[in-house]
Amino acid sequence: MAEQRVELTVNGAPRAAEAEPRMTLADFLRERLGLTGTHLGCEHGVCGACTVLMDARSVRSCLLFAVQADGHEITTVEGLVSHGPDGAEVLDPLQAAFHEEHALQCGFCTPGFLLAARELLASDPDPTEASVRDGLSGNLCRCTGYQNIVDAVLLAASRRREP
Amino acid sequence: MTTRLFGERIPRREDDRLLTGRGRFVADFEPSAAHAAFVRSDMAHARIVGVETDEASAVDGVLGVFTYADLTGDLAERLPVLVPSDALIAPRTQHALAKEEVCYAGEVVAMVVARDRYVAEDAAAMVNVLYEPLPAAVDLVEAASPDGEGPTRPVAHLDMRDNIAGRVSEEAGDVDAAFAAAPHVFEWTFDMSRSASMPLETRGVVARHDAVEDRLLIHDATQAPTGVRFGLAMLFGMDPDRVHVVAPDVGGGFGVKVIQFYPEEVLVPWAARRLGVPVKWIEDRREHFLGSNQERRQVHHIRVAADGDGRILAVEDRFVHDTGAYCSYGLILPIITAAQLPGPYRIPSYRYELRSIFTNTVPTSPYRGAGRPHAAFVMERVIEKVAAALGLPSLEVRRRNLVPKDAFPYDVGVTFQDGGATVYDSGDYQGGLAALCSKLDLEATQAEIAAARADGRRVGLGFGGYVEGTGIGPYEGAAVSIQPDGFVSVATAHGSQGQAHETVFAQIAGDELGVPPERVRVVTGDTRRLAFGVGTYASRTAVVAGNAVLMASREVRRQAAALAARLLEVAPEDVVFEDGAVRVAGAPDRSIPLGRLAMASNPTRYAFGRDAEEGARLSQRAYAGGDRPLPEGSKPGLAATEYYSPASGVFGFGFHAAVVEVDPETGGVAILRYVVHHDSGRIINPMVVEGQILGGVAQGISGALYERIVYGEEGQMLNPSFMDFLMVTAAEMPRVEQIETETPSPNNPLGVKGVGEAGTIPVNAAIANAVSDALGGVDVDRMPLGPEDVLALMRPLIEA
Repeated sequence: MAEQRVELTVNGAPRAAEAEPRMTLADFLRERLGLTGTHLGCEHGVCGACTVLMDARSVRSCLLFAVQADGHEITTVEGLVSHGPDGAEVLDPLQAAFHEEHALQCGFCTPGFLLAARELLASDPDPTEASVRDGLSGNLCRCTGYQNIVDAVLLAASRRREP
Repeated sequence: MTTRLFGERIPRREDDRLLTGRGRFVADFEPSAAHAAFVRSDMAHARIVGVETDEASAVDGVLGVFTYADLTGDLAERLPVLVPSDALIAPRTQHALAKEEVCYAGEVVAMVVARDRYVAEDAAAMVNVLYEPLPAAVDLVEAASPDGEGPTRPVAHLDMRDNIAGRVSEEAGDVDAAFAAAPHVFEWTFDMSRSASMPLETRGVVARHDAVEDRLLIHDATQAPTGVRFGLAMLFGMDPDRVHVVAPDVGGGFGVKVIQFYPEEVLVPWAARRLGVPVKWIEDRREHFLGSNQERRQVHHIRVAADGDGRILAVEDRFVHDTGAYCSYGLILPIITAAQLPGPYRIPSYRYELRSIFTNTVPTSPYRGAGRPHAAFVMERVIEKVAAALGLPSLEVRRRNLVPKDAFPYDVGVTFQDGGATVYDSGDYQGGLAALCSKLDLEATQAEIAAARADGRRVGLGFGGYVEGTGIGPYEGAAVSIQPDGFVSVATAHGSQGQAHETVFAQIAGDELGVPPERVRVVTGDTRRLAFGVGTYASRTAVVAGNAVLMASREVRRQAAALAARLLEVAPEDVVFEDGAVRVAGAPDRSIPLGRLAMASNPTRYAFGRDAEEGARLSQRAYAGGDRPLPEGSKPGLAATEYYSPASGVFGFGFHAAVVEVDPETGGVAILRYVVHHDSGRIINPMVVEGQILGGVAQGISGALYERIVYGEEGQMLNPSFMDFLMVTAAEMPRVEQIETETPSPNNPLGVKGVGEAGTIPVNAAIANAVSDALGGVDVDRMPLGPEDVLALMRPLIEA
């Protein structure tokens, strides 16, 4: 199959690479752009491990073709950290809260949860526990029992309100 | 002053890379490797008449298409039985590629290797396998029953007369006499469905062969890299020192990744060697359903003898275990069930007879809990039913039957999975149950339930208890050293799948050597670092590897203390390890940083580093006056490898309580409260232990209410996707409340017991009992409880 050029913005930087029309966005990110933080858990759109943001909305990168992302802005887990004035890496409040609340064990589902939670907090900065549970119910985790993930999202939300 | 790390909530050392997308999972290695795709049987039982590969081989980008005919030597034999046993009548395992007969839908028939995964899967779809269908043995109960005269029909394996893989029976006490004399005798049947570990990361293998050095490097999402290494070296006739297996970050295991060898695990490295290119295979989710092991189906017929006070006098359990099409894990699962059936209860006379049965379904092997959720479900339903039959409160029946605190060590009287006696090392079961009831606030909870029922709601309370044998042998090792940069290095051979080994091992080593956890580098699951080890399974790592880390750290401490004492001109007993240095006790200004001490231990010239000159000077001093640069009996470096081999398992325990509400319209079960007591001996890191419990409970709830692998009559799995195989999500999970007690194990230096599987084990029991209670005491004798099952339980209530 003929490859096509895909040009998009990933984590704020312009990126471009060739892809067959049938190549998924997840494979494109992982294999063409070397961004292996996006994980594939089911490849049929249920587990949420491959969640990335496209134009600030969460998408399952296993269900999109790379060519569909042409011209769009993608955020992956690699784009969550920022850099302080000294150049040192600064974790996003969600990442920091996940660490403090022990919200990850094997870490495989974690990137998807972080991005789903980022979208959740963008639309609802003051969520209840129930709305966090509902908002994250499209992501599966087999290690944590979700409780610490929910607590981490609530912690990050509270810190955003009272910085 | 260095604070003690053991017992503290030390934040996880592994989080940083996993939170930022820098974790290294098997799929992340070798981005340019060729990919393998597998052609799997779509028949549950069939003879292979032919395999047509020409069309697939002709696809542009295909490097090879392989069938059984391509396998030679040992590779053409059946894969090994992982846990052999004399009781295994038919130790049947599969071939790496099916030979003449396929015995489950999903069995690997051919392998395609191509330029990338897309091409490999295109070509795999073009391989045409010609089958002659055979009758399939699908249901466990039917497969276990002889069909009238002559051999069982159908049989799961053409050359067998029945479907019995193995059979074990044992008796403790005098069961027949106890039944003959008992005032009350009961008989019940319990049935548990099939489920699966379902880690979010599927299996995967990446292999690179260096033909110049004949060196094989394999990254494998396995729970047991050491076994894979030695096994493949033998299989390929290679020098084991040239075969390395690394279990990198592994995205969950829960048992399914402990099997060695899955066919793909053998075939991918074989193809890399044969084709001379790196080869990669990342299982997809459908393959995981069809080609990775599952667990849980057992059917128990149990007889119980009790006195009028609810004291159990004898138990006889005859049960069948579904081993699927093959039995690479031997009889371990049903043996665990049998040994752990009595749980926390004293059963004076106990007899079991288990049969492990072949069916034409995916093979089975441990899934978190490993035979114990079945045991706890059966035993805890027995407690409830005995109590109900005798008109006694079930909590009181529990208390009357618990092994008393003064009975430890307590011998159950039957054989454990490791072949030794099942002897509980320590415990306080009365105290555990009391702690649970206190956390639950039993009386208030019962009052709330009564009030809810008065409003017409169907609410119930259920309990479940367990004892979990953990920390079994044979052994694990740890290599510990102090590096010239002052860091402590710890390596263990078995891998990690999220259990925070890098953190807890750093706590153990850090305590011994006086360094903070951030100055301990831990590597797990890399056979280049440590070749000998067994694996991460059976809730054993903290116990077996943890104590090995302790022993190796102590030996390094001894070496370091001896050397520092020479340099500081004091006795070794007079030095202390604090803040990354060895100091003279009471004279804090007289000290040597650990890094410099490591240099001093090695009489060579460190050319670089700010301590290099001082290190070289110290080294000259350290060995001054000896007969040679390294005096007899001394070794360069501060390093030790030690192995810990436990004499027997150590037994954690706990009790769970669930408050549930049944929706009579939908059959849905909502968990209103879930309260856990657990005791896993001394706790290294409470945050990690609580996390293990939380995750275990979630898998237990998922198993009790949602997870069920369904097979059709022809042996086709009907729900091999996450659309149809349901697992609990954040929306259904209740907040889990925990209370722990710490009864140290007297059997190991750290006093620890395992906790990895504990959370899962009694959940079926607690939920079943709670649903039964909510529905007026109906018989809940089958698990799981999907809405359709709950509605079926309610039908007689509605009709009445």
